[in-house]
Amino acid sequence: MTRRNQKLIDRIAEEARNGRISRRDFMNYSLAAGLTATTATGLWTTKASAQPKSGGTFRWGLHDGNSSDTHDPGTYVTRQMIFLGHTHRSYLTMINGDGSLGPDLATNWEASPDATEWTFELNPAASFHSGKPVTATDVIASLNHHRGDESTSAAKALLTDVTDITADGENTIVVTLARGNADLPWLMTDYHFAICPANDDGTIDWRSGDGSGPYKIEDGEFGVSWLLSRHDGWHGEGAYFDEVRILVLNDPNARQTALVTGDVDAVSLIELKTMALMQRDPNIVIHNIPSAAAITMPMHCDTAPFDNVDVRNALKLAMNRDDIIEKIAFGAATKANDFHHSPAQPYWPEGIEQREYDPDQARSLLRKAGAEGLTVNLSTADSVYAGAVDMAVLYAEHAKAAGINVNVVREPNDGYYSDVWLVKPFTLVSWGARPTPDVMYTLAYKSDAAWNESRWQNERFNELLLQAKSELDDSLRAEMYREMAILAKDDGGTIIPFFNNFVYANRANVGTPDQLAASWENDGARAASRWWFTD
Amino acid sequence: MGDIASLIFKRLGYGLITLLVISIIIFFMVELLPGDIAQAVLGQGATEENLAALREEMGLNKPAVVRYLEWLSGAVVGNFGESIVTGERVSSVITERFINTLFLAAYAAVIAVPFAITLGVIVALLRNTVFDRVANVLTLTSISSPEFFLGYILILYLSVKAQMFPAIASLSADMTFLELLHRTFLPALTLVLVVTAHMMRMTRAAIINLLASPYIEMARLKGTPPWKVIVKHALPNAWAPIINVVALNLAYLITGVVLVEVVFVYPGIGQSLVDAVSKRDFPVVQACCLIFAATFILLNLAADVGAILTNPRLRHPK
Repeated sequence: MTRRNQKLIDRIAEEARNGRISRRDFMNYSLAAGLTATTATGLWTTKASAQPKSGGTFRWGLHDGNSSDTHDPGTYVTRQMIFLGHTHRSYLTMINGDGSLGPDLATNWEASPDATEWTFELNPAASFHSGKPVTATDVIASLNHHRGDESTSAAKALLTDVTDITADGENTIVVTLARGNADLPWLMTDYHFAICPANDDGTIDWRSGDGSGPYKIEDGEFGVSWLLSRHDGWHGEGAYFDEVRILVLNDPNARQTALVTGDVDAVSLIELKTMALMQRDPNIVIHNIPSAAAITMPMHCDTAPFDNVDVRNALKLAMNRDDIIEKIAFGAATKANDFHHSPAQPYWPEGIEQREYDPDQARSLLRKAGAEGLTVNLSTADSVYAGAVDMAVLYAEHAKAAGINVNVVREPNDGYYSDVWLVKPFTLVSWGARPTPDVMYTLAYKSDAAWNESRWQNERFNELLLQAKSELDDSLRAEMYREMAILAKDDGGTIIPFFNNFVYANRANVGTPDQLAASWENDGARAASRWWFTD
Repeated sequence: MGDIASLIFKRLGYGLITLLVISIIIFFMVELLPGDIAQAVLGQGATEENLAALREEMGLNKPAVVRYLEWLSGAVVGNFGESIVTGERVSSVITERFINTLFLAAYAAVIAVPFAITLGVIVALLRNTVFDRVANVLTLTSISSPEFFLGYILILYLSVKAQMFPAIASLSADMTFLELLHRTFLPALTLVLVVTAHMMRMTRAAIINLLASPYIEMARLKGTPPWKVIVKHALPNAWAPIINVVALNLAYLITGVVLVEVVFVYPGIGQSLVDAVSKRDFPVVQACCLIFAATFILLNLAADVGAILTNPRLRHPK
């Protein structure tokens, strides 16, 4: 077999592993690449859809860790803690590889018809690493950690509607809400809501690092490394590795070199600039997964000139998204359409017309608004996104063709989210992935939200948002999200250039499932319990 | 000898005053950074409500001067306080990191100091020959390149291509000493390349300077071989400037290695200083900076004492 064919077959196998092609296509492509039918069948079973097997130490390089991180789930902020949280702790629910919602600690959940009362049944087999079973008391204490005046949790806003959490026996909890929320089980996948053992006074013991996740912490230092071993009493499926060693590798060069030389088995981020070079290495498999993380450019709808919807739409039309995705995101992004709802989230409305680059129409909208020769300041900083300033400059070039003069203002990295975001009228912002459209819209588009970054007020949108929140009928709900998407696209104050993809990689001897969860890098931050070694 | 003791005490006294001034400067520089620690901890997830709760919990609502004086009153009795972010004692956060940094500095120094001085003596002996020129060009090239670049070059050739040494110097508790030396060789080598030129050129310059003195002429005239002229006659008088440069470079090995730590993912104190600054964790920043300052003060003092001890004229002043 020639080297080129080998490469081709590797690529076909890789596509098959990621579930992008079916067995039939796999056979056809393999035959075309010069394999015999028998070899191709063998390859399908051994290479493309290998069965997980146990053993080995999984060395995992993460791109974002700080030595002043702590085990407090309320202040989890770096990837180090989010990924560690998904490895040594459990959540009530989890996002599956195919994007659906599945059980973690909770085996079953049900809502009252108005979605104001949710009952979660806990897995009676679940236990902490200390041996103590996970009970309703632990879950209630863990959720209460994010509630109340004393709470310092960053996830407090997600639970403001919760009025009470009570136990119904050892293994059932009931969550009561002030307003119906059909998304509550999805909210429980938020990385802050890790379940920790309860203390007698109703607080949680987060300092010890005890958890009920697939691996228990043996040793570790924040911002450096962690060694974990399999928790034999884990209630879930998977956890194929005997041990997991997490290494914090903040420097992109160190991280990628470690992957190339085999010092680590997987990394959480590949720099887009070097993605093409890394792809040439046959020992490395790169995953490029569309996510719900987004870059947004909010304009304050109560501030001139953005208070005019024609001006806002002209600015949206003046952006060449394809060019930005190609030059700034190196192709690793999904084109967005000015509504903050990604194809990686449930209820995504298909078939809404894509807004394309149209400087002529932008110009005529400006003429209509009497704002020809418009000049606006766009604030951004390097820390927002790798290439944020370049992206703003590129956008300014696109906008010139529509007669719009965009001044790119480079703000300091430090304090960008306290002094610039929500303060300056036109900024560039990076948003992490949120599990559902409701969470995203409630957080940053609801009229009275603290983070309503575009100060957008649309009565119909807010009415639909409230209705959809408590609607348990999926098809009705999807219809409402479609209408909201169109409202946000045509009236809203936020330009959304793209949803960034997660680009990460592993050595070729690491087996991964056919579909990878898109909630975080590395299979929804759960690579340690979902991946395995093939050799 | 009494003079040396009084000199040491006097200098240590000045050193303490210097440290106090430095601690004041550091405190107010951290205060000047935009945003505060509560915002840094909560990041984009900060709302007015949980910011207020966190500020209360961290004691940030007190005036800056009060917080500084509280810290100072602990520091004078050796208690550097707790990290505001993690609540852990600063000493326990920093000790292990500092030991790692000292180890890497010692590893580099053990190679670099003898190497640089020997090389300096040899090029002084062979001055203006091809060897002298080549040694100068190579060491000057390595000192002129940024350390992270040297690190990348070493990683490319010795780690990725030759696969002789690991690219990342992550440590684990169960390593043997030999494994440790192997794992940390590339960062140590990078530091050696960075500090060698300075020490070597100072050795060369100091010796060549002395070679014009009458007593060297005398030694030559009585037929002493050239290497002996340098090692026995010139070098003893050249120690003072050499020791000064060595001390300066040793201080650099401890305080200036953050880039090397980042490139090789080595868990040293520089990395924790950077992390602490990004979180505005003032007690940790303060402790790291004071350690750095104390390193400079002590090594400078050691250099002066060394210069006196190696010079009989200074040892026995008239």
